[in-house]
Amino acid sequence: MGLLSDPHCRRALSRLVLRLNTPLCVLSYVAGLGWFLALAFQPLAPRTYMSENAMGSTMVEEQFVFGERALSYAREFAGHKKKAGGMPVAWLEKTMWNLGLEVHKQPFSRTLPFPDETRERYMVKGTNVYGILRAPRAASTEALVLSVPCSEGPHNNQAVGLMLALASYFRGQIYWAKDIIFLVNEHDLLGMEAWLEAYHDVNITEVRSSGTLGRAGAIQAAIALELSSDVVTSFDVAVEGLNGQLPNLDLLNLFHAFCQKNGLLCTIQGKLQRSDWDSLPAYAHSLQTLLLMVLAQASGRPRGDHGLFLRYRIEAITLRGINSFRQYKYDMTTVGKTLEGMFRKLNNLLERLHQSYFFYLLPSLSRFVSIGVYMPAFGFLILVLILKISFWAEREGSVGRGEGGQGPSPPLPLPESRPGLLALVPPLLICHAAGLALYFLPVLGQRVATQHFPVSESEAVVLTVIAIYVAGMALPHNTHRVLAGGGGGSDRGWMTLKLLALLALALQLGCLALLNFSLGFLLAATMVPAAAAAAPTGPKPVLAALLVLATPAVTLLLAIFLQRELLEAPASAGEGWQLFLAALAEGLLQHHLYGSFLCPFLALGAYPCWLLFWNVLFWK
Amino acid sequence: MLAAAALLLLLLAAGPGRARRDALREELLLSPLPAGEVAATFQFRTRWDADLQRGAVSHYRLFPKALGRLVAALGVRELHLALTQGFWRTQAWGQPPLQAPAGAELWVWFQPTVTNVDKAWKELSNVLSGIFCASLNFIDSTNTVTPTASFKPLGLANGTDHHLLRYAVLPREVVCTENLTPWKKLLPCGSKAGLAVLLKAERLFHSSYHSQAVHIRPVCRDASCLAVSWELRQTLTVVFDTFSSGQGKKDWSLFKMFSRTLTDTCPLASQSKVYVDISPKNKEKELLEVTPTPASVHEAIVQGDKRTYAVYDLLSPSLFNTSRSLNVQLKWKRPQDSCYIHYQPAQDRRRPHLLEMLIQLPANSVTKITIQFERALLKWTEYPPDPNHGFYVSSSVLSALVPSISAMKNMDVEQSPLFTSLFPSSDGSSYFVRLYTEPLLVNLPTPDFSMPYNVICLTCTVVAVCYGSFYNLLTRTFHVEEPSRGGLAKRLANVIRKFRGVPPL
Repeated sequence: MGLLSDPHCRRALSRLVLRLNTPLCVLSYVAGLGWFLALAFQPLAPRTYMSENAMGSTMVEEQFVFGERALSYAREFAGHKKKAGGMPVAWLEKTMWNLGLEVHKQPFSRTLPFPDETRERYMVKGTNVYGILRAPRAASTEALVLSVPCSEGPHNNQAVGLMLALASYFRGQIYWAKDIIFLVNEHDLLGMEAWLEAYHDVNITEVRSSGTLGRAGAIQAAIALELSSDVVTSFDVAVEGLNGQLPNLDLLNLFHAFCQKNGLLCTIQGKLQRSDWDSLPAYAHSLQTLLLMVLAQASGRPRGDHGLFLRYRIEAITLRGINSFRQYKYDMTTVGKTLEGMFRKLNNLLERLHQSYFFYLLPSLSRFVSIGVYMPAFGFLILVLILKISFWAEREGSVGRGEGGQGPSPPLPLPESRPGLLALVPPLLICHAAGLALYFLPVLGQRVATQHFPVSESEAVVLTVIAIYVAGMALPHNTHRVLAGGGGGSDRGWMTLKLLALLALALQLGCLALLNFSLGFLLAATMVPAAAAAAPTGPKPVLAALLVLATPAVTLLLAIFLQRELLEAPASAGEGWQLFLAALAEGLLQHHLYGSFLCPFLALGAYPCWLLFWNVLFWK
Repeated sequence: MLAAAALLLLLLAAGPGRARRDALREELLLSPLPAGEVAATFQFRTRWDADLQRGAVSHYRLFPKALGRLVAALGVRELHLALTQGFWRTQAWGQPPLQAPAGAELWVWFQPTVTNVDKAWKELSNVLSGIFCASLNFIDSTNTVTPTASFKPLGLANGTDHHLLRYAVLPREVVCTENLTPWKKLLPCGSKAGLAVLLKAERLFHSSYHSQAVHIRPVCRDASCLAVSWELRQTLTVVFDTFSSGQGKKDWSLFKMFSRTLTDTCPLASQSKVYVDISPKNKEKELLEVTPTPASVHEAIVQGDKRTYAVYDLLSPSLFNTSRSLNVQLKWKRPQDSCYIHYQPAQDRRRPHLLEMLIQLPANSVTKITIQFERALLKWTEYPPDPNHGFYVSSSVLSALVPSISAMKNMDVEQSPLFTSLFPSSDGSSYFVRLYTEPLLVNLPTPDFSMPYNVICLTCTVVAVCYGSFYNLLTRTFHVEEPSRGGLAKRLANVIRKFRGVPPL
C-alpha cells in the first residue's frame, strides 16, 4: 500500500500499467484459461472424504433382501399405470396404506406460458401421492425424502417397485429417528415443484395445488431415484440442481461409499473414473468429465428431480440406474441395500449436512476441486477487465492532470473537453430497452405472432427471441452524432461508454461467478477478450466478428456443439441448430416454471451489456 | 413439643376409626386406535383429605412426601408436569385422552399468598428437575409465559388472576428411563404390585409415543364442597405399534405389549380396574373378541362419543380365581372473527413471544394462522453446540370446548372412570379438548464454526489492512511538493511580474 500512497511509485506503476496494458491483459487471460485446464490435473484435485462424523465412523449392516418383491410391485404398478393411463392414484394409495404408511395425495395443475414441444404438454394436471413413515418416538421435526417420478410409458416402474419394497421393509424397523416420506410425483419437475411449494406453504410460481398436506417437519435430505430395468450395470449420479446449485459433497460421498461397499459401478456425467491418473489419456478423460459438469452447471437446468430441493436448502441427489451392455449386472437386492444403507446413515444425522463443501467441481467421482482452487481461474479473467478499466481511468486521470497545466500534457486529440453525459444516455437506454423487449415480448406476443404467421406458439416464442436479439444489433446506435451536433463522435464519448460497459460487465460476471461459477466462467472466457478489444479505432471487420462470436447466443450454440462432442455423439450443423432452438424454448420455460435465473440474466444483464460494446465498436 | 407430639398420637389413634383419609384409585384404559396401534393409558389417583397448605401435615401415607412438601413450601395451588417423547397423531389416532406436547411441559398456578411468583417458579422448576431427573432447570424467563386466556385452573379455585400462572415448554427434552423411575417411585406400591407391574421401561420405550404426567390440584372433599382435598394424578400414555412388532397383525395382548401380565393387586388401592375400549367402529363393523370375558361393560360418553368399555376389576376375587394372572387379549376376527387477541412481544434474551387468540371456528373449514418472522444472527456465544440442527419453536396449544353430539348424563364424579374426569365440564353439552401441534425446527443463519480462527483472522486482516489503505487512497489527494519555496525576493519578483503581465516564476 505504501507503493500506492507514494506519488512517485504510483505514477510509475500507472505508467507501467498503461504501457504494458495489452501484454498484461493477454497474459492474464491465458493464465486464467491455463489455470482452468489444470484443474482436471489429478494432483490439484484431492480425493473426496467424508466430513460428517455422524455418517462416517459407523458402518451399517444392510439387511434388505426383498429384490423380488420390488419387481413384483413394479409389475403390478406397470399394469395399473397402463390401465389408468397415467398415475394409478387409487392403487398407490391403497398399497401404501396397506404397508402401514400415512398416505396423502396432492392434486395440482399448471398452465405453461407456452406449449412445451419436447415434452408435449401445455395444460398439465396431475396428482402426487406420498406416504409418510412416521418415526416412532420422534415428534415429526425432521424428515428424509425418497422420491420417484411416475413417467409416461414404461419408464421408472422398477423405481416405484423398489420404493414400495423399501417402504415395507423400513416400516418394520424400529431405529428410525426421522420420518421418511415416500413420494411418487407426476409430470417430473412440475409435480416436484408443486409438492415442494405446498409442503413449505409458499407459492413462488403459478402452480395451483390443493389439499392440506401431511407434514413431517424439516426435510434433511432427499434422494430421487430413476430406474427402468430389472437389473442395472451401473448408477449415474446427477448433482447439478436449479441455477447450478450443488448439494453438500458429503451426500455424494455417502453414495460413493456405499457403491464401493456393495461393489456397484457408479459414474458421474456418464463417465467412469479411470484407475490410472498420471497418463495423458486419463487427464483428457477427467478434463472431459469436468467440462461436462461445467456445461451442465452453467445451463442452470436441474439434471434430475432432485434439483428443486436445493432451493429449500435440502441436500438432494438423483440416482439413475443404467442398464448397458456390460457383463456384470446387479439385481434389485443390491440396489435396495445401497439405498437402505444411505437412508440409515442419513437417519443418524444430528445436524443438517453442513460439514463438507457446497461449492466444488468434480473431475471424477472420487476427486473434487474446491472453490479455493478454481476461483483464481475466474479471477485472472476478471483481472483483464480490471486492467482495462484502470487503463481508461488512468488515461482519464492523466488527461485531467494535463488540463491542470502541471507537467507535460499528453497529446490527446480533444477538441471539446466535456462531451457531456447526455450523449451516453440514448445508447444506454436503447440497449436496456432491447433487453427488456427480449425478456418480455416473446411470451407476451406469442398470440399476435401466431395470428399473423403460420407458426405454432412455441416456434413463435423462439423465433421472436431470435428476431429481437438480432434486431437489437441493428438499432440506431449513433444518436450521439445527432445530439453532439455532428461532431463525428469524440474519443472521449466512446471511452466513457466503454468504461461504463466494462464496469457493468465486471460487476455482473463477478456476482454471477459467486452464484454459479461455471456460468460465470464460460461467459467470462468468451466475452472478456471481445470486450477488452472493442474500440472504434481498430480493424472493424475483425473486431465485429470477434464480438459476434462472443455474444451469449453464439456461446450457447457453441456450448451445445461442445457438449455433444464431449458426450462422443457429435451433432451435425442442422441437428445443432435444432438443439439450439429447443434450448432457447427450454430456457424460457425453466424460468417461468421454476424460476431459473439464466434467462433473465442473459436478457436483462449480459445482452444489454454486450450491446454496449457493439455500440462502442460502431461509435464512429 | 410435647403437646404437639401428643396431639399427633391422638390423631393417629383416631385415624382408623374414622373413614380412611387417603385413597388410591388406579386404572388402565386400553383403546385400539383406528390405524391399528394400541394406546394404553394408566392413571393413578391419590386423594388425600388434608389441607397441605396449612402446614399441619407431617405424616404421609399414600401421598408422596416429596411432592407434598413442595406444594406446602412453595405455595403451589396446581401443578401440571408432562414429559413426552413422540407426537400424538390426532389425524390417524383420534383424540387423545390426555395430550401433551413433545418434550417437557410445566404449568403451575400459585397461591395468592405467594408474593414473588417468579422466584417461587424458579425454585419449583429446579426442585422438580431434581425429583424427575429432567432438565427442567433450563426453564428461565426466556421460555416462560403467562397465558391469559388458556390454561385455566383445573381444580378448585377462587379466582383466576393469571399473574399467578406460569407456563413453559422445553421441546428438546428427551424422555427416557431416568425420568420414568422417579415417577414410578411416587406410586404407593411402586412397581411391585397392581397395574404398575406392567410399567416395564424396556417395553414402554419401545413404542411410538410415550407421555408421562403428574397433576396436582385441590378438589372438593364432598358434594357440599366445604373442605379441600388434594389430588395427585399420575398418568402415563403409551402407543404400541402392533403393526411392526406383530408382523402386520393387529391382534394384541397385555403380554405382547408389556411382556408382563397382571399377577396381583396393590393392597393399598381402593380401586383397580382395566377398561378396554370395545365400542363398535361406525365404518366397518369389525368384530372384536376380548378374552377373558369381561365381568361388566361400562358405557360412557367420552369426548362427545358414546363408547363401550369392557371392565375388569382387579379387586374382585373372581378375576384371579381361575388363573393366577390376567392377560387381556383382543383379537380382530376381520375464517373467522377472533374476538380476543392477546399479544406480548418478546424481548431479546429476556422473554419469548406470546400470542393468544380466541377464535370461533366455523364448521367444515380450515383455519390457518401464519406468523412471519425474520431470521437473525445470534451472538456467537449464544449458539448451541449443534447450531446446524436448528432451533425449536415449541408447540402451539389449542384449547376448545367442543359441543358434544350425545348429551352426557350428570354422573357422580367419584364413580365415573378416571380418564373422563381430569378436565372439568360445566354441563353435559360440551367437553373440553386441548390439542398440541408438533414443534417446529427452524434453521437460523449459522456462521461457519468449523474454522472460526481462519475467519476471524482473515476478516481482521482484510478490514485493517486493505480497507484502511484503500480508504486512505480514495479520500486523500497526493501532490508532489515543490522542494524549495522562494523567499521574499521571489515573492517580490512575482508581484513585479504580475504588474508587467508576465507569468510568475
